[in-house]
Amino acid sequence: MSKNEWPGLWRFYYDGFKNMSRWGRQVWLIILIKIFILFFVLKLFFFPNFLNANFETDEERGNHVLENLVEPIK
Amino acid sequence: MLETIDLSLVNWSRAQFALTAMYHWVFVPLTLGLAVIIAIMETLYVKTGDVEWKKITKFWMTLFGINFAIGVATGIILEFEFGTNWSNYSWFVGDIFGAPLAIEGIFAFFMESTFIAVMFFGWNKVSKKVHLTATWLTAFGASLSALWILVANAWMQNPVGMHFNPETVRNEMINFWEVLFSPTAIYKFLHTITSGFVLAGVFVIGISSWFLLKKREVVFARKSIVVAAVFGIVSSIYLAFTGDSSARDIAQNQPMKFAAFEGLYNGSEGAGLIAMGFMSTTETDPSNENLLDFNMKIEIPNILSYMAYMDWNAFVPGINDLIDGNEKYGYMSADEKIERGKVAMAKLKAFKEAKDQDNEQLAERLKTEFMDPDFQQNYFSYFGYGYLTDKNMLIPNVPLSFYSFHVMVGLGFYFIVFFCFALFYALKGRLEQKRKFLRLAIWSIPMAYLASQAGWIVAEVGRQPWVIQDLMPTVAAVTKISSSAVQTTFWLFAIIFTLLLIAELKIMFRQIKIGPKMDGGQH
Repeated sequence: MSKNEWPGLWRFYYDGFKNMSRWGRQVWLIILIKIFILFFVLKLFFFPNFLNANFETDEERGNHVLENLVEPIK
Repeated sequence: MLETIDLSLVNWSRAQFALTAMYHWVFVPLTLGLAVIIAIMETLYVKTGDVEWKKITKFWMTLFGINFAIGVATGIILEFEFGTNWSNYSWFVGDIFGAPLAIEGIFAFFMESTFIAVMFFGWNKVSKKVHLTATWLTAFGASLSALWILVANAWMQNPVGMHFNPETVRNEMINFWEVLFSPTAIYKFLHTITSGFVLAGVFVIGISSWFLLKKREVVFARKSIVVAAVFGIVSSIYLAFTGDSSARDIAQNQPMKFAAFEGLYNGSEGAGLIAMGFMSTTETDPSNENLLDFNMKIEIPNILSYMAYMDWNAFVPGINDLIDGNEKYGYMSADEKIERGKVAMAKLKAFKEAKDQDNEQLAERLKTEFMDPDFQQNYFSYFGYGYLTDKNMLIPNVPLSFYSFHVMVGLGFYFIVFFCFALFYALKGRLEQKRKFLRLAIWSIPMAYLASQAGWIVAEVGRQPWVIQDLMPTVAAVTKISSSAVQTTFWLFAIIFTLLLIAELKIMFRQIKIGPKMDGGQH
């Protein structure tokens, strides 16, 4: 894309959002609230990646899983 | 480790995953199908130049936009759950699951996001043909996104194109094309996206029928119904064919699931298909007290054998054959599979101990033995059975599988008839007089959602106890975390998703009441 096309592209999105209908604004508000809740509340506080949070290296992670796998349930 | 896992943790983790997957699937099928219907409508606009088609396209595009926006990112929660609740599984599947999901993320972001923007912002700014291309690419992109997710799911149902490396404790992809083009993946993809097409067809006819009942937007409604009915007829017939192929694939690769959704306890040659049946809640099958028999059933002889093996007299194994084994027809008993699973597990344990003791020579020898193709085929392929303490753990919830399957199939055939009547009445110009049919069309919308959800229940409940067929049961896949933490997030999700659904319905109902506009303005 040439340099001259960037302002046109910006204008395309700018006009699109500016002239958005009422339902469009409502769903964008919902999207933003949803993304905030998903990434800044749920992911941060409730859904840490268990293996990444508790082990430093892939080797440690692999060993932990191996330990889990080789001890069958009684 | 695993001996201390609280079964309620497994159940809550499963319930949470089911909740999020089912809510996610409320939004997805309409997106998949409506995108194609909109593209067809816009094609008619571009071909004919008739502005009525533009009005029609823009109205359905509005409902598509609302559904897409509310549903977007709801699937990401499933990925959060993999890392937190299913860490053993996430590690064990390695790049086989990661690669398709990464491709899906890139495609979804670039294709859908870019072309959806042109679809909504591009009216009167780009040429008609460019706009139409963007609409078709949105539809194509949505289905392509679904492909990668379904490939990953299909691999869990029928793990192919990989080998397990005890060194890394991961399954490693050895043939990407085998994973992508496994029959399970192909049938699952085709069946799932066409189910979305059918749902969207029913949705368009149902909403259009509401306008006809209200005597509003009659031309708009008739034209919408014609497009949706033709699209629906083609999709629903194809859905039946892909369902048939999918069932055959399940009969080969997941015979227990097949037996469960058919309620087949004892296998036979020339097995009959139960067209309708009610399971007993009190009586039990004499050969296995865990199994319920039927109070009433209508059976069509030989159909099940043909469905499974394309042979009217083929033997179809029942649940008891798969649990107890059937030498005559070559079905290994569950006990034998459990023993083989334990052998595979013992070798993996010996490998771990050798590594822990820094005995590299022994570890290398055990690894070579483990990776030997004969050992892989005769022992490792039953690895997951080693976790089972009772062979009856192999039996999924038969009533739930049976009823879900029959609801799905029954409604699938109903939709074929429904679309035919919709098209017939539309072409004869008698739609407005058929007020009972119009009311039925509105009530068919929740039925389409019911069928769609039932399909996933068949697929996912029917394959229990497996997360990965024969290799990993749910009890081995789950992360040992607090059960109460999973319960908390379960209710959190239930609230969030319900609010999202209410928001969608509210905004959508309002837009439906407003109805189509000749100049819909910019979106």
